[in-house]
Amino acid sequence: MLSHLRTMWLVFLHLFHKKETIEYPEEKAPLHPRYRGRIVLTTDPDGGERCVGCYLCAVACPVDCIALQATEDEEGRRYPEFFRINFSRCIFCGYCEDACPTYAIQLIPDFEMAEYNRQNLVFEKEDLLINSQGKYPGYNFYRVAGLEAGVKKKGEGVNEEPPVDVHSLLP
Amino acid sequence: MAKSLKLVVACSLIHDSPFEVIITNDTMSTIYIDNKPFEVKAGKNLLEACLSLGIDLPYFCWHPALGSVGACRQCAVKVFKDENDTRGRLVMSCMESIKDGLHLSVSDTTAKAFRSQVIEWLMTNHPHDCPVCDEGGSCHLQDMTVMTGHDYRRYHYKKRTYTNQYLGPFIHHEMNRCIQCYRCVRYYHDYAGGKDLNVFAAHNHVYFGREQNGVLQSPFSGNLTEVCPTGVFTDKTLREHYTRKWDLTTAPSVCHHCSLGCNTIAGERYGALRCITNRFNSQVNGYFLCDRGRFGYEFVNSDNRITQPLIRNRAVEAVDETVLMDHLRTLITNNTIIGIGSPRASVESNVALMQLVGKENFYQGISDNLGFIEKRIVEVLQTGVVKTASLNDIQQSDAILVLGEDIWNTAPVMALAVRQGVMHTAAEQALQNRALPAWHDAAVRELVQEEKGFLANCTITTSPLDEISTSVVHAAPDELARIGFAITQHLNASLSPVQLGNDAMTKVAAIAAALQRAKRPVIISGTSCYNEALIRAAFDIAAALKATADEVHIAYVLPECNSMGLAMMGASSFENAVLRVSRNTNVTAILLENDIYRNMPAHIADVFFDKCQQCIVLDSLNNPTTQKADVLIPAATFAEADGTLVNNEGRAQRFYQVFIPANKNIQESWKWLLKLQALKNGTGNGQAHHPEDVLTLCEQLMPQFTGIASVAPPHDFRIHGQSLPRAPHRYSGRTAMLSNLAVSEPKPKQDGDSPFTFTMEGFSGMPPSPLIPFFWSPGWNSIQSVNKYQQEPGGALRNEHAGQLLFQYKQEAAPVYFKDMPEAFVARNEKWLLLPQYYIMGSEELSFYTSGVAELSPDVYIAISEKDAEPLGVVNGSLISIKVFEQTYELPVKIEAALQRGVALMPAGLPGIQVMPWNGYVQLVSVKL
Amino acid sequence: MNTTEHILIVFGVLFVLLNIAAGLIWVERRLLALWQDRLGPNRAGPLGIFIVLADTLKLFFKEDWVPPFADKWVFITAPAIVVASVLMSFVIIPFAPGIVVADLNIGIIFFLAMSSLGVYSIVLGGWASNNKYALLGALRGASQMIAYEVFMGLSLMGVVMLSGSFNLGEIVAAQKNLWFVVTQPVGFVVFLIAGIAETHRLPFDIPEAESELIAGYHAEYSGMKFGMFFIGEYLGVTLISAMIVTLFFGGWLGPAFLPPLVWFVIKLFFFIGLFILLRASLPRPRYDQLISYGWKILLPLVLLNVLVTGAIALYLRG
Repeated sequence: MLSHLRTMWLVFLHLFHKKETIEYPEEKAPLHPRYRGRIVLTTDPDGGERCVGCYLCAVACPVDCIALQATEDEEGRRYPEFFRINFSRCIFCGYCEDACPTYAIQLIPDFEMAEYNRQNLVFEKEDLLINSQGKYPGYNFYRVAGLEAGVKKKGEGVNEEPPVDVHSLLP
Repeated sequence: MAKSLKLVVACSLIHDSPFEVIITNDTMSTIYIDNKPFEVKAGKNLLEACLSLGIDLPYFCWHPALGSVGACRQCAVKVFKDENDTRGRLVMSCMESIKDGLHLSVSDTTAKAFRSQVIEWLMTNHPHDCPVCDEGGSCHLQDMTVMTGHDYRRYHYKKRTYTNQYLGPFIHHEMNRCIQCYRCVRYYHDYAGGKDLNVFAAHNHVYFGREQNGVLQSPFSGNLTEVCPTGVFTDKTLREHYTRKWDLTTAPSVCHHCSLGCNTIAGERYGALRCITNRFNSQVNGYFLCDRGRFGYEFVNSDNRITQPLIRNRAVEAVDETVLMDHLRTLITNNTIIGIGSPRASVESNVALMQLVGKENFYQGISDNLGFIEKRIVEVLQTGVVKTASLNDIQQSDAILVLGEDIWNTAPVMALAVRQGVMHTAAEQALQNRALPAWHDAAVRELVQEEKGFLANCTITTSPLDEISTSVVHAAPDELARIGFAITQHLNASLSPVQLGNDAMTKVAAIAAALQRAKRPVIISGTSCYNEALIRAAFDIAAALKATADEVHIAYVLPECNSMGLAMMGASSFENAVLRVSRNTNVTAILLENDIYRNMPAHIADVFFDKCQQCIVLDSLNNPTTQKADVLIPAATFAEADGTLVNNEGRAQRFYQVFIPANKNIQESWKWLLKLQALKNGTGNGQAHHPEDVLTLCEQLMPQFTGIASVAPPHDFRIHGQSLPRAPHRYSGRTAMLSNLAVSEPKPKQDGDSPFTFTMEGFSGMPPSPLIPFFWSPGWNSIQSVNKYQQEPGGALRNEHAGQLLFQYKQEAAPVYFKDMPEAFVARNEKWLLLPQYYIMGSEELSFYTSGVAELSPDVYIAISEKDAEPLGVVNGSLISIKVFEQTYELPVKIEAALQRGVALMPAGLPGIQVMPWNGYVQLVSVKL
Repeated sequence: MNTTEHILIVFGVLFVLLNIAAGLIWVERRLLALWQDRLGPNRAGPLGIFIVLADTLKLFFKEDWVPPFADKWVFITAPAIVVASVLMSFVIIPFAPGIVVADLNIGIIFFLAMSSLGVYSIVLGGWASNNKYALLGALRGASQMIAYEVFMGLSLMGVVMLSGSFNLGEIVAAQKNLWFVVTQPVGFVVFLIAGIAETHRLPFDIPEAESELIAGYHAEYSGMKFGMFFIGEYLGVTLISAMIVTLFFGGWLGPAFLPPLVWFVIKLFFFIGLFILLRASLPRPRYDQLISYGWKILLPLVLLNVLVTGAIALYLRG
């Protein structure tokens, strides 16, 4: 019983403590670099689109707000024909970023994207693509992937042997 | 512990449903897995036993249809000497027979470590490209890697790479991904008999591919995409509009590209059909499809689709449904209406049309010739004297006679089944009195060597099946029929003898003797020769064999997917419809999904359209017939429709709508026709009917269809009150797919005609076999998950209901022989008997819309025998003119040694070429340059 | 007192009470925020006071939804009962000399009767919702209120004995020299606890318990019907505070430099503040703890209090 009264007293004293509230928008909160805000599609060091249209972000998305269609250029490089995020559904969980094998999709420290018209929250690829490598500079998926897609030839990628000579029986 | 066990596995989920099966197992053994006793079927290997018990054991090189070779070392388990043995030894479970009382451990730490090490080795060279690999999400290698727990590449050295090959328009090759399991070669070379895919080089750099770039020659190459456990061979047509397996809305479907009715799974995304995969059915197609069936789906997405109802000859031709219906109301009430059915439309559509126009006003949209042959087939099968052969029966048979049908081209998967029958028989013979299990693939092949089971292939010209045939006959159809009758006479001496040449007589005697020895012979014939005598001859042989064999089966190949269903309706031919419209002026015809110009010579079709007062055409694609339509109604393709097809053995099978097209004008033909029916009656709106209602009506109208209404569960079938989802639970993008149109998600589309939903919501367990929209099981994302749906690996599905057979076999029915046989074929002067040569790629109407099929289709030519070429003065490639129906074509000559004199062959069904007078005589004249 | 005056009092009381109840929305949110080192609603109007307006408007404009599975008429009636019964209780409160709606002789009995009526609103609301959580909440509410009503009534018996009247005006007058909180500390404590339980405020909000019952008996309510429960709760808080002031803290009595009504309001808001502080600081007990605490501790305690008070009263009277 006394501990209850003590609790009440201590809580009461909080009336005179400093308040933690940040009075946004007059005052802005500092955001950390890994803050999960606006979703962007980044580009690789060579300026190409990083997204290869693997659908992993879409399947990881718990609210299913990512839709895309993969397609291929004449050299076999995959890219999304369209890439759409419905931000009116997005919960900024960052699973898409976790799932992305090419560092293409990234969440950046910006959350100020409110709209009066909900339709404006549907972002297409043009709205999502940024001319930056984002948080992971220097990575180009096609340099480390095995297949040839116009970025490097077979066997010229990172950690690859030159192609096997199938006419040879030597070990 | 051998004992006979009879299990009645009632479908536990659905009481009082017809979907239950009885499994009879002869011998069972008890084995102890991790010290728990299990009853398993003797004669299997440990891997099969574990999988059939639901124990997850990783594997690569083993495949239920290919057997074991023990190459990949992935399925290691520990086997113990007895229950006191604690050390045990590692064995490959796919190479170890079940022994009664055997003790093994799957979860043993050494075995587990071994398995994960094997994966780790395999993964040292596997590239880092799952994100751009089409196999991802349905990859056996992914599943097995996750299953064994390997997640980090500790190997720091470089990865091996390979250059890829161009393998044709259907198969994409990415050799880097190979894990050297040899399944591709074992399937392509050993199972399907292809010669142009093999393994090259040696050691750790073996290469699976062709000797050089080029199109894979086997028409079964598409199965490589499913056989390959990883992404070396992937579907190029899917690549054009790639979608992961988890994103597809799928439904159980039935292939529409030949009469066999192989079961398929069709997948849709964003309103376009994306791919076709195999749907296992132990009685029909098993694990494999042909390339036409797998890749011939692009017509659904074609730009040539009819998208708008049209009323021709008015200012504004494109109309909406209300205007259309108003127009049709006057049309169908003021005129006599006749209906032209279609061999490629579902039973529902044909029956709806028949009901609308009346039985006497319903015509088959096929020629008199073909109609007569098909009628004969239906007649002989309805006698019930012999069983019709399912593809499984053909695989299990021990002697096969193909009489006059080029099954390689008209029913490819049947040819594959025939090959299995031949190989299986050879293996069975070789294994007699040997203690070698049949699943031991490499050893069995070693033992069999080049031995083959009995196959007699009697065709007009050469066929790829010839090389596995014991006896090959090439002759004109009449001659083949006479050979057939001669065989019957050998089997049943009471029949009058047939006069044949000495050569032929020896072959006949050999064939008859082999068939007589067989316990499960199969006789195959069909319509592609346009020769009715062949049908009778084949039946006579089968009937005569009843005396000696345990089980005789007969298979007739028909031209199209529902030819049998249409033929069973017993309507009269198109020629009679032409007569009808010629006599009566006031006739409006409704043509159902039938390009008359593909089934009838153009001049007859022209007469029909001239005489017809009004033509209402329902079809999905623009074609010469739709050009003639006064009213054109857009019909749904198989992917957008529910329906039932009757395949060549009289097996009714239901295919389900995969997606509702965004264009509301596209509706199932039977729905349109029921709406017309409602207009005509002035009652209802025609919407209240479900497929099973139409089928019930079909049973009432035509007793020969009895049973067809129970082909699949009714539209309100539910499991625990839940519908079945078409989409897997991981289906993505639901809140974004259509958000570019409107950010508020529309209500999911509703399906009133089947137990399916168009979403992932619903019952998540295993549905009854006709209702399996996709194969998936936890941890098994690839098509290999079909194991989980089977009673045992490679066996029937659990509670399998493999379609509804409409022909009842009557054990006691006494055979009545057809005695009248055709005259011997004699080459005529200046006249050649014109016969069709069908092609897997190109001869079928709908599959031609797939660019790869068009690419692989042949150019038109005319084939004659060497002996005919000389007097005509032509050589290979020189032009020859052929006069048909007052029209002259100049075509290059192809000289075929196997052809009989007086016979000319022409590719059939290619677009742009009108229908020829098949089995009629034509004049050939050499074109002098 | 003439009729006009009377009518003015009735409407005046009603007006002020409803405003206080609505204003408590802001008071409570601000106070809770301050006790949690936040600022609370501070945007709409000076100090955020217009949040009251915003909240009320919001409630009015929300869809007034009657679930198809609910028992429609009972569902609609239930929230009205809670407001009506609490407002009726205010009839007997003497806010200041002469400011009382009905100066009943049986004031306390009337109050007890009215507050027991309140349980109907919970039971009926929970039942009519046809929702398992709502029903569970209603059951809890019913047994909690039945239990605590007993002690509430008994805890007041000491006061009645000392003042010798059920009339609240007389009870206030009897405290001229000494507030009953001094002579009846046990009665006060028990009445306070029972009062919290009667209004099912935190920590005794067991019928709602959003972490267990997702809002309990009013889970299915929305719009202004929910608003009635909401306002009913604040009215209840005000009522219990007013009763405490009247019964134990001398009502309007106070030094003469302020008018009696002001004294009453000051004391009233002190207890309202206490209610909010309780919510800010104490966790919710388990349901069985609450009930056993009531029957096993409070009931004997309050009986003892009645016995001792009675004995002393008899002794003093001689």
